[in-house]
Amino acid sequence: MRPNVLVLRAPGTNCDLETSYAFEVAGATTERIHVNRILEDPSIIARFQIMCFPGGFSYGDDIAAGRVLATKVRSRLFDAIRQFRDAGKLILGICNGFQILIKSGILVADDEQGAPVTLTWNKSGVYTDRWTRLVVKSDKCVFLKGVEEMYLPIAHAEGKFMARDEAVLDKLEGEGRLVLRYVHEDNPNGAMRDVAGVCDETGHVFGLMPHPERHIDRTQRPNWTRCQNEPGFSNKVGDGLVIFKNAVDYFA
Amino acid sequence: MLWEVDIFAAPGLPDVIGTETAAEAADLGFSSVLAIGGARGYLIQGDLEREQVELLVSSLLSDSVVERATVGRVGDAELERSLSGAQGRIVYVLPKPGVTDVVADAARKSAADYGVFPEAVRTFKKYWIDGVDDDEIKRLARKLLSNDAIEQVAYDKLGFDSLQVGSSYKFELTTVPIRAMNDEALTTLSKKGQLYLSLVEMQTIKAHFCELGRDPTDVELETIAQTWSEHCSHKTLAGRIAYDGPEGKFQFENMLKETIFASTVKIREELGDDDFCVSVFSDNAGVVKFDDEYNVCFKVETHNHPSALEPYGGANTGIGGVIRDPMGTGMGAKPVCNTDVFCFAPPQIDPDEVPNGVLHPRRVIKGVVAGVRDYGNRMGIPTVNGAVYFDKRYLGNPLVYCGDVGLIPVDKSFKEPKPNDLIVAMGGRTGRDGIHGATFSSAELTSESETISGGAVQIGNAIIEKVVLDVMLEARDRGLYDAVTDCGAGGFSSAVGEMGEDIGAEVDLNAALLKYEGLSYSEIWISEAQERMVFAVPKDKWPEFKALADSEDVETFVFGEFKPTGRLVLKYDGQVVADLDMKFMHKGRPRVVRQAVYKAPEIAPVTVKPANEELWAQTIVSKSLGSCPCCKGDKTDATLDLEAILSCLNVASKHWVIRQYDHEVQGGSVLKPLVGVANDGPGDAAVLRPRVQSRRGLVISNGMNPNYGDYDAYCMAASAIDEAIRNAVAVGANPATITLLDNFCWGNAEKPEVLGSLVRSALACYDVSIAMGTPFISGKDSLNNEFRPEGKEPIAIPPSLLISAMGQVDNVETCVSMDLKEAGNALYLVGATKNELGGSHLSLVRNWVGGQVPTLDVELAKREYNVVYRAILDGQIRSVHDLSEGGLAVAVAESAFSGGLGAEVSLAAIPSAKSANDALNTLPGICDSQVDDFVKLFSESNTRFLVEVPVEKTCAFEAAFAASDVPFSQIGKVVETPRLKILAGDNSVIVDADLADLKRIWQKPFDLGGEYAE
Repeated sequence: MRPNVLVLRAPGTNCDLETSYAFEVAGATTERIHVNRILEDPSIIARFQIMCFPGGFSYGDDIAAGRVLATKVRSRLFDAIRQFRDAGKLILGICNGFQILIKSGILVADDEQGAPVTLTWNKSGVYTDRWTRLVVKSDKCVFLKGVEEMYLPIAHAEGKFMARDEAVLDKLEGEGRLVLRYVHEDNPNGAMRDVAGVCDETGHVFGLMPHPERHIDRTQRPNWTRCQNEPGFSNKVGDGLVIFKNAVDYFA
Repeated sequence: MLWEVDIFAAPGLPDVIGTETAAEAADLGFSSVLAIGGARGYLIQGDLEREQVELLVSSLLSDSVVERATVGRVGDAELERSLSGAQGRIVYVLPKPGVTDVVADAARKSAADYGVFPEAVRTFKKYWIDGVDDDEIKRLARKLLSNDAIEQVAYDKLGFDSLQVGSSYKFELTTVPIRAMNDEALTTLSKKGQLYLSLVEMQTIKAHFCELGRDPTDVELETIAQTWSEHCSHKTLAGRIAYDGPEGKFQFENMLKETIFASTVKIREELGDDDFCVSVFSDNAGVVKFDDEYNVCFKVETHNHPSALEPYGGANTGIGGVIRDPMGTGMGAKPVCNTDVFCFAPPQIDPDEVPNGVLHPRRVIKGVVAGVRDYGNRMGIPTVNGAVYFDKRYLGNPLVYCGDVGLIPVDKSFKEPKPNDLIVAMGGRTGRDGIHGATFSSAELTSESETISGGAVQIGNAIIEKVVLDVMLEARDRGLYDAVTDCGAGGFSSAVGEMGEDIGAEVDLNAALLKYEGLSYSEIWISEAQERMVFAVPKDKWPEFKALADSEDVETFVFGEFKPTGRLVLKYDGQVVADLDMKFMHKGRPRVVRQAVYKAPEIAPVTVKPANEELWAQTIVSKSLGSCPCCKGDKTDATLDLEAILSCLNVASKHWVIRQYDHEVQGGSVLKPLVGVANDGPGDAAVLRPRVQSRRGLVISNGMNPNYGDYDAYCMAASAIDEAIRNAVAVGANPATITLLDNFCWGNAEKPEVLGSLVRSALACYDVSIAMGTPFISGKDSLNNEFRPEGKEPIAIPPSLLISAMGQVDNVETCVSMDLKEAGNALYLVGATKNELGGSHLSLVRNWVGGQVPTLDVELAKREYNVVYRAILDGQIRSVHDLSEGGLAVAVAESAFSGGLGAEVSLAAIPSAKSANDALNTLPGICDSQVDDFVKLFSESNTRFLVEVPVEKTCAFEAAFAASDVPFSQIGKVVETPRLKILAGDNSVIVDADLADLKRIWQKPFDLGGEYAE
């Protein structure tokens, strides 16, 4: 089947169009829906197979990145989203979407001490746009099936993955959930254990700081002009497309 | 009750606020024994229990993984203690009442999700400062911690226990007895009332009201002042000017119309059916064709004066404001990319040299870069192209140029408000912010400006603009309005005045949604509060328009009607507070003749600047340069000159700025600002696909060189145009698709010689534009960029003409970048090298004056750009880099280290660049036999490229250039060894350097983030 993708839109979301486009290139049908419609009637998400929280600055990221929307998700959409996942469907959070999935407790559940992990200010203290080499560390995540490495851009100020303590990290790592890592020399934000993306215990919910939708086309790759004369260049696609394809193929 | 929440880094994590502030303090020359601890926090007012506040803190306001918080009532002793253990005197810094505080607003609204409803919230920063005395703490607070234009400082205690904003306003109609005023009183009124109108203009207003037999109300006077302001009417450049220059004496009736607009009109006529301009110099942005379904529009604005006073807010609202220009063009365009060009004083300037009333350049630079970053990134618009220039004359007057390109459906490219349409506002609420911005931007800054005009500073809230954009595009596509424009300078006054110019308008000022109580009818009308758009909505469409906005939580309201009366009528509390004739507003301004003189500059030989001359133009270069190799007999050569130029701030890498900007959002990025094997080379122009479904590309570039303006304004303008086009052509833009924007930033244009250099630049724009067949589509000017330090002569900025270029490519996959690609490829110099070191960077680093400033051969340029474009399209070329600051030496160095490949170049292959004027063929400290080599290396002659061609394609390449009669020389080749080696005319080595060294020298100077610190 051709899956339907809900691309969530909120005030300040700004990667919704290109993310929808990436899903469409991968073979899905997409619909961009404002969060207000879902808050009015959470049941509307049931008609989709994939739900995506795209990048941007939801509600301005004014208190902390993703915090305001995460608060709404936590207080008003948590059950609906949990049911969505439990129905065997897929959830993807990119950049701000990852921050929302983390801060709402959807991706890593709270324990008795509160949230075990967070995404916080880059080590540099400033917003950074740069390309990073990434490696996949486990086969747990549906979105990363068959992927070993990728080259994708990051563009964020608050993307440093931090856990409360080493025990939290050990546990998540042991479960194969710290699934996407920056190549250590490319760690752009000081994330613990070079974590770039995390999945939940089912492998169906995945959040990552890098932007796969910004590398679905060969000309999005920086320095593509160095290989524009190589044979086969005109058939190349970007590294990030596989994430969307895997999601679509999961429902094939 | 007022609660205070202090938030600190969790144990074991660094106190980032404290350490960063201490580092900044050290940069500004504060004592190294200074110890600073920091916290961020919230003041929360309301009838709230401690548990409720603690709930907000743990779940909303702080992050329990990385932060810890203290909660207390304002004044509680526990709030005096820093959880990070910092000691010392406490300093609070918080926004003044009424200043936009987006984080506080978000906190107040989000608290509702936890069932907590504070009355008011405000954010603050809190410091514990130790190691220095009280005077020094106060100096630190003033120089670094706060900006008095928008922030208040409290020592030890907050000093208040409630957050009061606004008090109720009692309506009282004010009239101004202008009819009884003599000239002196009129002048005083203009200045004291911040109208900034000339005496003749004040007299005209007086005469108009004498004729009407009544005095104006305050708001009528304000409305006329806004409409007639330099910012809104461009009365100087679009006015009468008597010019006396090398071209002769003549009088312009409308200078812009007769120069820059005129060239566009002529080009469009010549293009006939191929005319690709859609709407130029009429709407908020210039519109040209893109493809069958979409047009593209481009606008560049400046926000100089506000950025001088409050760099973050000024730059923030500068980019926010220019984004609203394409949004307010036609029926509304979707922004697809931003540009930014900044002019600053060098950041290393000695803090003691900074006059009162001026912020240190480091603060200006950091604030401006952050302001543009936070707005552009939040809007989801990639910032793809820009530049940063340094000159000490920008100390009191930094320049902040922001541009925005938008995509607009072909059938939505024009608008027309209809009689009886409703006047509708959407977006941010109206507050007291930005009162008098339009008139203030036309005034000279003084050391007192900050106190007089602080209200002119605005703070942006990008997310409001983003949601307005979302709703506007949907409303546009549903056909819910007839016209839209932005609220920029002059606020509602300008927006409604412009839209209703041909119809008339009746406005009910009570209908406006306000941020807080207490605004007078006048303040509502002229407030420049941000993020507001004004629409003309047919009455039958209003319900759907309103419902759409409501569905996305965007505020909108009707506040009048475009009544076909030809009058502007304002009402408050049912009473008429203004009743103006639209014709008088828009056509009644007296048209004075301004004088402009320009003296043809004499070309002087190159000499060393006198040591006692105050070096306002000097960029700080610490490196001591070598003297002529053949005279000294040692190994000193031009390598040091190359290194000095690479480390010059104008040339040095801008990665510190570029990396803070999202240049890839929307997914259309093709050529990024940084290119090459390690993604760190200086690209010539940006390329993007504004429609991700298509291979068609937009090319964005710019050209500017204030140094040349000190020599000849004509050459400066011609060079800027050439550079902008050259950069676009270098990546593959089709020259026939390129269009231009002009942004003039000049000093006080009431001075004939200042206006003269501006007119001369405009004449160059006319000549070059026509000769190249490249039309201007939009432009803007900012005058009176002068700063008067206490008791001193005003300092004017150098004439600063920014030319922005926008070109197109059919298929982005034909584009090329500037980095060397493959060892063995041949290197060519394309174009003619002349002895043109006047205003060059070689002169800058060697402290020289004199010489010939670069000239432009437009006929050659036109031929050359076409043949380069063809060669790129035909795949003959692997890399192209334009030659600009630092000439050939810098271009080849940049291309080599960006590609990670060496280059071997011989200057012998380049024809001699000796000047016919023999006085120019000597250079101080350079042996005569070496002058030609130095000229070939560092001359900044226009219209030149370094081009890399695979050996098997050199024949076809050379044939094409020869056939077009375009000069070219094969000067060397790309090599594997990572060195740059250049041989002089006599085959001796004149430059020999390791690429890693050159790259480091180039990356370090403007690396304010310390990414490449050693």
